[in-house]
Amino acid sequence: MEHHLPTASERFINGIFPENPTYRLLLGMCPTLAVTNSVQSALTMAAATTFVLLCSNIMISLMRHLLKPHLRILVFTLTIATFVTVADRVLAAYLYEMSKELGPYIPLIIVNCIIISRCEACSSQQSAWVSSADALGVGLGFTLGLVSIATVREILGSGTWLGLTILPRSVWEPWGIMVLPPGAFLTLGVLLALVNFLSTRRKNS
Amino acid sequence: MDTLVSLLLLAISTAFINNFVLKYFVGICPFLGVSRKISTAVGMGCAVTFVMAIAAFLSWTFTYFVLRPEAPLPVWVWQICGGDPGTTIDLSILSYLVYIFVIAASVQFVEMYVRKFFPPLYKAFGVFLPLITTNCAILFACLEILKQLQDPTQLWGLHEALVYSMAGGLGFTVAIAMMAGIREELEMCDVPQSLQGVGIALLTAGILAMAFMGFAGVDKGLANALTADTTAEMTASFKK
Repeated sequence: MEHHLPTASERFINGIFPENPTYRLLLGMCPTLAVTNSVQSALTMAAATTFVLLCSNIMISLMRHLLKPHLRILVFTLTIATFVTVADRVLAAYLYEMSKELGPYIPLIIVNCIIISRCEACSSQQSAWVSSADALGVGLGFTLGLVSIATVREILGSGTWLGLTILPRSVWEPWGIMVLPPGAFLTLGVLLALVNFLSTRRKNS
Repeated sequence: MDTLVSLLLLAISTAFINNFVLKYFVGICPFLGVSRKISTAVGMGCAVTFVMAIAAFLSWTFTYFVLRPEAPLPVWVWQICGGDPGTTIDLSILSYLVYIFVIAASVQFVEMYVRKFFPPLYKAFGVFLPLITTNCAILFACLEILKQLQDPTQLWGLHEALVYSMAGGLGFTVAIAMMAGIREELEMCDVPQSLQGVGIALLTAGILAMAFMGFAGVDKGLANALTADTTAEMTASFKK
């Protein structure tokens, strides 16, 4: 071994916070902003992305010795596109309403940079076991990112969380802007600043 | 006249009301990453528009002739191979694979062509071309064309697909150029430390998105104005 490669548990922990895709690496911004107007759609999106990430990581890892350097990105993309088609058809069959609501964002998982970057950084070098731990860690990190944004937006924007009423109308006038596109930008900006602020404060103390 | 009006309305609603970046969040990565200087932002916008038009042309052709249900080419091949003529063939399950392949290939060819025949143009936006393959705005435009072609009541022609993609690219260019202009000014401001970089860019984008919400309804108003004018003219000419 010429250099030390991370083990499975290191990969798993790494994806959750130190390299959280939403707050640290700022990858996959398109679904992060687009589907976080309710917690339910955020959870569905995160589950679909984790499924695609896991399957394509395992697949790429199994064929990593066959990859040619100049063709690898094309192979990654086509593998991802295949699994996205599977996820899309399954959602359309079993969760039709949700698949209508998510619309083009499920196929857009193909160009989500998180998945390509994980294929490149981890699964084209390491075994299927390590790659699947990495996929689960990054998937969990992505889920946490999406759900935190969706929580803020859904509670402030419609007074509910996962469909349950948190802030009744008599107490709280919902901020309609939070479930509309501008709310996504504002929420992510503020949450990002909060994460930066907390981590610099922890580093200083 | 009717076609022209509907194309104009399609262009306006795609570029401004349903802006790709500020309403659908596609193309956010270059929007945040390449928007520090106006000149590079405009270059990126032009490159995206160019590739989007080419990808839309190719994906419309593939979808219309090969991928959509009842498309002519698979049926023809099926019958030549001696298949039963009554069978319906629907290849639309392959569409994501075909689109991503079409986008990657067209980016590759556009890059080679521009480098060979238009060196100044290559200098201006050639460096952005490889980045565009994973730009979700292009795939989004292709998917929208697929959606319109699957719905038999509003089957899009090639002209509509092209106008849609070019207007989408125009909307992207306008948004990224405005963002770059604002960020150039922000360089001079005293931004809180935790907000520096992407944080303040996202807040700015939120305010821009709010401003773009003001365009909602412009297309309906314009449609009313245009059709009302023509009917008024027609009634006037009848009275003469």
